[in-house]
Amino acid sequence: MENLISIFITSVFIENMALAFFLGMCTFLAVSKKIETAIGLGVAVVVVQVITVPANYLILTYLLKDGALAWAGYPDVDLSFLGFLSYIGMIAAIVQIMEMVLDKYVPVLYNALGVFLPLITVNCAILGGTLFMVERDYNFGESVVYGIGSGFGWALAIAALAGIREKLKYSDVPKGLEGLGITFITVGLMSLGFMSFGGMTI
Amino acid sequence: MAEQSTKEVLIEPIFGANPIALQILGICSSLAVTTSLNTALVMCIALTLVTACSSFCIALIRQFIPSSIRIIVQMTIIASLVICVDQVLQAYAYDIAKSLSVFVGLIITNCIVMGRAEAFAMNNSAPKSFMDGIGNGLGYSVVLIFIAVIRELFGSGSLMGFEILQTIDNGGWYLPNGMMLLPPSAFFIIAGFIWILRQWKTEQQEKREFTMAQQSEGVESH
Repeated sequence: MENLISIFITSVFIENMALAFFLGMCTFLAVSKKIETAIGLGVAVVVVQVITVPANYLILTYLLKDGALAWAGYPDVDLSFLGFLSYIGMIAAIVQIMEMVLDKYVPVLYNALGVFLPLITVNCAILGGTLFMVERDYNFGESVVYGIGSGFGWALAIAALAGIREKLKYSDVPKGLEGLGITFITVGLMSLGFMSFGGMTI
Repeated sequence: MAEQSTKEVLIEPIFGANPIALQILGICSSLAVTTSLNTALVMCIALTLVTACSSFCIALIRQFIPSSIRIIVQMTIIASLVICVDQVLQAYAYDIAKSLSVFVGLIITNCIVMGRAEAFAMNNSAPKSFMDGIGNGLGYSVVLIFIAVIRELFGSGSLMGFEILQTIDNGGWYLPNGMMLLPPSAFFIIAGFIWILRQWKTEQQEKREFTMAQQSEGVESH
């Protein structure tokens, strides 16, 4: 249990997807102009992350790993080189299925998240979460918690950045820095702030 | 878009339409590998190759891809190429592959690759798309190398592992700036790069969303 809490805290604050690993930067910068849209995207990322990380864990353990196909009678097959292809396929499929299910059963949520769902397929934070899960050998429980934590950390960062940018547009910025430049500096300062969680251990 | 010559297709993305500084593409996986010049160079080569080859392949079969499944087809081609790169790296440069960790895999979701496939390769001939891929890869490389040189030089006083500024630990005079090795510095440096680029090419500056109302002259009632 302690281990799981530690993974959660670490993935939200210390190893924040956006601010420490630069993942999901493209959407992070492009969709952070308004707080509402930023929160919408953040929620969508959390939901997708929670589903895809454990799903890819199952694919890895039961289909790809060395000897994982033993249950099907092929104990010598090692398909781990197909990893990237399977993960991204899985992510694209899950996003597509989620879109259809939400459209059918929860239209309110679909309307709120609708426009962001396709964007998420190419969000590096999602694939990054899966790859980190693979690299660090998480088990099933840990991968669920890591999915929640990393998604939540990303959502927190984008909501905070959107809040700052809404105020920032009233300030007098040098010509060449306007827009993208000043946003990068803001993100840098936020990242510096998050670095201060670095010494935390649980 | 007006017809561009092959040379323009190659040169334009480097400064004129830099994928990182202007199009906000592909920043994701790039910044984390810039703490040393070595890893940055490997990453640049990998990304340039993947972009060029995937644009080439997609342009070759663009007539046969039904538009409803084009994203999946593009993804599959890109992912296969990235798997090749990853396997080659693990076979011949295992240490670098280890230090790049997940970031080789993240080339798949690098928006430059997808973006160029979608925006350029779907409507242009294969050789031209190949050049466009190389050009955008170079544009990305310029930014990456710029950041990596600054971070490694000031962060650990060396370039590609060779000592340039002798550090105090080794009996020299230079006190390494530890912040350069932490994530925030990459953001500051990229902001600086954009600033320099936009001072030089002023047409890239963004319009202000909100302008301050002019203060009326002669009224000093405070």
